[in-house]
Amino acid sequence: MATDTALDHHSDVQDGNLWEGAKEPFKASYGKLMMWYFLLSDAFTFAGFLISYGALRFSVPTWPVPDFVFKTAPFGVDEAPLIFVTIMTFVLIVSSVTMVRAVQEGHRENKGGAAFWLLLTIVGGASFLGCQAWEWNNLIGTEGMTVTINPFSSHTEAGVYLSGEELEKAGLQKVEADAHGTTATYYLQPGKQDIPQNRFFVKADHHGHSLAGTEFAIGGHYLITKNHDTHLYEFGAYKSEEDGQIRTEKFGPKAFGALFFFITGFHGFHVFSGVMFLTIIAVNVASGLYVKRRNGYEMVEKMGLYWHFVDLVWVFVFLVFYLL
Amino acid sequence: MGHLDYATAKKVVFKGLIILGVVTLAEVFVALFGNGHIIPGFYVHKLIFYPVMIALSLYKAYFIVYEFMHMRYEVKGLAMSVLLPTLLLVWAIIAFFQEGASWGHRREVVRQRNMEPVEEVQKAGDTGMLDERTYQFQ
Repeated sequence: MATDTALDHHSDVQDGNLWEGAKEPFKASYGKLMMWYFLLSDAFTFAGFLISYGALRFSVPTWPVPDFVFKTAPFGVDEAPLIFVTIMTFVLIVSSVTMVRAVQEGHRENKGGAAFWLLLTIVGGASFLGCQAWEWNNLIGTEGMTVTINPFSSHTEAGVYLSGEELEKAGLQKVEADAHGTTATYYLQPGKQDIPQNRFFVKADHHGHSLAGTEFAIGGHYLITKNHDTHLYEFGAYKSEEDGQIRTEKFGPKAFGALFFFITGFHGFHVFSGVMFLTIIAVNVASGLYVKRRNGYEMVEKMGLYWHFVDLVWVFVFLVFYLL
Repeated sequence: MGHLDYATAKKVVFKGLIILGVVTLAEVFVALFGNGHIIPGFYVHKLIFYPVMIALSLYKAYFIVYEFMHMRYEVKGLAMSVLLPTLLLVWAIIAFFQEGASWGHRREVVRQRNMEPVEEVQKAGDTGMLDERTYQFQ
């Protein structure tokens, strides 16, 4: 029984004197603990971005409809709402799973296994960045979205788009002006000054197909894009069904483009930094650096926390930009 | 870590992949179903649609933090010191969303006031100047 008493006494001393230092009350190393607190602060940064998105969205009556905005995929796939971003989400989830495996192999001090799973995680992260590059390229190059221009709008007024003949029949004058080497065709109401605000354009989608005759009802979800090919179709002419008046159409909330590029860009920057650090750590693992530390490849574990956090943030970016 | 043996731990990883994959597919399905992409013209009411989406995402977040980031196996003090501060975000979400809605209402009021016809009111003896005290206070 003497040994039991000694053991009890020893554990009492340890519990009673946590404040004497050299103890780990959280049973985690300094580096791991600080990684957790860094991730907490980073979570607040992302929350700040996403909450400002929410506040701006609450302040306007209409907002771009995500399943129309994000409906294109590579290889000419169109009209496939949310499919490409689902694939991107899967890529990130799979890279998170391979990261868990790398951490597990690290705990077993299995150098080859840890390096192999880290390599797969790098491939996953790089694939996600590639997907995001395609998505950005499509939104900027094809759809015409920039930090200050939001080409998407959902509609709250009833109306029907008009063709050029209908506009001329309604008494508008056709104007053909030179614009950056191409011919801009627009229509002016008689007696009105030729300034951008007074110009009526025939509405076309981003493929250049005319939207003349397209009807929309109050409160419905419609994707209104401007034709980016020529930069000419900034306003669409439509008539209200109630009074037959010809109107121009305003685009959706201007902040949408800036919010999208800054938030997904900030997340993408985290993924990019993550891929860089993963590469460095994978090289260190393969070179046998962590074998000598004998701490169960703790650096891989800390990197794992960061990488899962990137996946965690994507859960919420996916929620607010694509699902709601 | 190290609380599960290697074979069990590997199974947990596989289970995690399945759970996150299935929940993501469920989210996308609800998004398409709720917005009339699967049955044309059928929409799920936003009061059901939004809570379902948020609940599924919160479950994914819980799973990533507790299983993949091993928060379940950490000392309670560590878990609480990281998780409890995020409760501040509950305040931030309520306050800023309410503020955003308020901006929207104000903008609508301004829009309607701008459409009101202007009437010129000129009272007898009105010089167009404000009360003398107004200038003094400014």
